[in-house]
Amino acid sequence: MADKIILEIPRYSPERDTQPHFEEFEVPVHKEWVVLDALNYIKDRVDGSLTYRWSCRMGICGSCGMMVDGEPKLSCATFLSSYARNGNKLRVEPLRYFPVIRDLVTELSDFLVKLKAVKPWLIRQKEPPLEEGEFLQTPEQLENYKQFSMCINCTLCYAACPVVGLDPVFVGPAAIALAQRYNQDSRDQGTAERMAVLAHPEGIWGCTFVGECTRVCPKHVDPAGAIQQYKLKAALDWVKSFVTPLGRKNKDVRHAAAND
Amino acid sequence: MQQPTTKVLPLYQEFHPRWYRPRVSVYWWLGQWQYLKFIVREISSVFVAIFVVITLLELRALRAGPEAYARFQHWLQSPVALVLNLVSLFFVIFHTITWFNLAPRAMAVRWRGKRLPEILIAAPNYAVWVVISVGVAWLVLK
Repeated sequence: MADKIILEIPRYSPERDTQPHFEEFEVPVHKEWVVLDALNYIKDRVDGSLTYRWSCRMGICGSCGMMVDGEPKLSCATFLSSYARNGNKLRVEPLRYFPVIRDLVTELSDFLVKLKAVKPWLIRQKEPPLEEGEFLQTPEQLENYKQFSMCINCTLCYAACPVVGLDPVFVGPAAIALAQRYNQDSRDQGTAERMAVLAHPEGIWGCTFVGECTRVCPKHVDPAGAIQQYKLKAALDWVKSFVTPLGRKNKDVRHAAAND
Repeated sequence: MQQPTTKVLPLYQEFHPRWYRPRVSVYWWLGQWQYLKFIVREISSVFVAIFVVITLLELRALRAGPEAYARFQHWLQSPVALVLNLVSLFFVIFHTITWFNLAPRAMAVRWRGKRLPEILIAAPNYAVWVVISVGVAWLVLK
């Protein structure tokens, strides 16, 4: 293991630059250091103007996502030593497909709008009275959606998805997985409302199943799986709306929701 | 008397930093092996379409009478048709296998609260594939 590594970081200042330029920083490599430690070292010791997001440094907050050596990674969970070979340079860039505000900081409002669009909260058609107590769930019912609820909104999956890059209106992996998380929840009754938003060329049908979102997900949420399961459900719903009056009723609900 | 002057304040404008928006290159799929694999897989489905077209043409020839069918059979024996069919067969099998392997991802079947292992979803697909293939082979070769 080399004891030093050179980090190549694109610097962009909205006041000065029209496009980023790379700067190189030499940092020491310690066995237990992650990429985020190297960035903190640069900010503390070399250049205090280096700008990046981080908070928990333990893979929970989802704010330190970056492209490390061309791969979307949580910089707090990526060891420097895996890249450190003699004279090696490591490129650390802002997450792909997002507008850059400064240095390594990306603009997330587009993602947040998409996230809200899929209504990621419990929707009840009728709220039961308070006296009836809380909604209870069996471990099986919890297991049904738990995997999709592990998402930390780090947006690594957006940086991995070529559809997000080519078609900026695509709702994207994390938002769809989160919609599926609420659909699978036994307390939720909003599946039809969410279907109205997502059974759409810019929703689930925009996905071409590249599968990269699942590969890069640090929390093993499997957004690609969630989207394919959603597609299957949408297709079955569509068939059902032809053959059963119940299906037609669902379709009406969906149309009503779409017109809201 | 002097008129009181009202000071006109400049309109408040929300600060909006200039973002840098990198463009996605037309050759985005060349940069990464995973993307290249995806694009090659997508493009190779053209051969699946060719397979279907050849089958449809064969059906048309069958309908047009024995003479047309014989002519089509003769064309099928030409080197061009053989190579095309061989390449198509390879990609049809490739797509069948990758499709069946993806099936468990789209179907989250639960049994007694646990998700069924992927093999139990994929295996029936393969079984039906083998049974139908053997059936067709028996019909054609008997």
